[in-house]
Amino acid sequence: MIEFHLDAHSGVAPYLQLIHQVRQALRLDLLSEGDQLPTVKDVVGRLAINPNTVLKAYRELEYEGLVAARPGLGTFVTRTLGDGSPATIAPLRRELQRWLAKARRTGLDDESIEALMLTTFRSATEGEENIA
Amino acid sequence: MTAVLKAQGLGRRYRRRWALSDCTLDIPAGQVVGLVGPNGAGKTTLLHLAVGLLQPTAGTIEVLGDRPAASPAQLARVGFVAQDAPTYSGLTVADHLRLGAHLNPGWDAATASDRIERLGLDPRQRAGKLSGGQRAQLALTLALAKKPELLLLDEPVASLDPLARREFLQGLMEAVVDQGLSVVLSSHLVADLERVCDYLIVLVASRVQIAGEVEHLRATHHLLTGPRRDPARLPEDQHVISASHTDRQTTLTVRTEAPIHDPAWVVSPVGLEDLVLAYMSRTAADARRPELEVQR
Repeated sequence: MIEFHLDAHSGVAPYLQLIHQVRQALRLDLLSEGDQLPTVKDVVGRLAINPNTVLKAYRELEYEGLVAARPGLGTFVTRTLGDGSPATIAPLRRELQRWLAKARRTGLDDESIEALMLTTFRSATEGEENIA
Repeated sequence: MTAVLKAQGLGRRYRRRWALSDCTLDIPAGQVVGLVGPNGAGKTTLLHLAVGLLQPTAGTIEVLGDRPAASPAQLARVGFVAQDAPTYSGLTVADHLRLGAHLNPGWDAATASDRIERLGLDPRQRAGKLSGGQRAQLALTLALAKKPELLLLDEPVASLDPLARREFLQGLMEAVVDQGLSVVLSSHLVADLERVCDYLIVLVASRVQIAGEVEHLRATHHLLTGPRRDPARLPEDQHVISASHTDRQTTLTVRTEAPIHDPAWVVSPVGLEDLVLAYMSRTAADARRPELEVQR
């Protein structure tokens, strides 16, 4: 079982924060197939948030096929997030580390590197959308 | 979906001052509605009209499809906790529950005693000896045990410390899950309501400035920053809620249904608190500087 928390000042809608936390827990193996998510009443009672917020997050996760609601029992994880096995991630990470070292040698500071990553990531995503 | 509260041109005047004017609302069932606005904006007047403690001077109001306090049956369907959670200081907690059972036909004694037990309140304790948070919880217990379809709460957490405030809202939200009731609660602080509401009404200077589902409000309001320019030259569907300028930069809060394509703007989301403050300060500015409007 995981426990949710909310960052009131992040500007991210609370239901999205709940979704992120479930996805993150799946990536970090804190949640795996068959595990139960906290009940709506549990979340509501803990965080003092609107029940519809929790329902909306759970519905969205259900739509993504990550969880399934079993009436009268609760909401359960149906699959893990297949973000690639360690075997595929490790070489990507090594490449990224080499690239980072190269970027630092050119004199870029961390903030500039982060901005560069973000803008490149964004334009690459947009490019893919345009092609699609 | 049926409306829990429907108002059409609703107004209430005290002598020559309008405490609430031209209020038109249509609140669907099953929501937790936050009624926000500065002190004296008309929040209490609206709630008192909704429970039938006040009669409208203008317009109409319907609660759960009927005139407020039209019949004993109508009264039984609406719960109300007035400001500062009034209780009888000389009566014990148990006395309050007995009183509630006598006065309410649909009283649920099990709900009431369960809640009192979970809260750790001593039934023999006099209400006058309870802490502010405990008194608020007692008042909430009474309101919930009458099993209303709609619960109205006037500034329920204003006088509570942060922990008691959190515990009160936790209890209220659990009750929403258990009983499936609709709630309207007022506060002069948005931060208190941000997590619990899915519908928001901003009431400033006796008028409803905006009302709608929180998700929709979040999606249609944007903070724009960019090089200085005249907000009057924005596309027609972008309504400026607040504007500020430096010699080079313009910062705007706008409401629009359409996406913003102008590349000159950096578009960021507006937090609920900033959104409400933008509406509040707009009204304050309008009231303070009518001459400037004429000059422009």
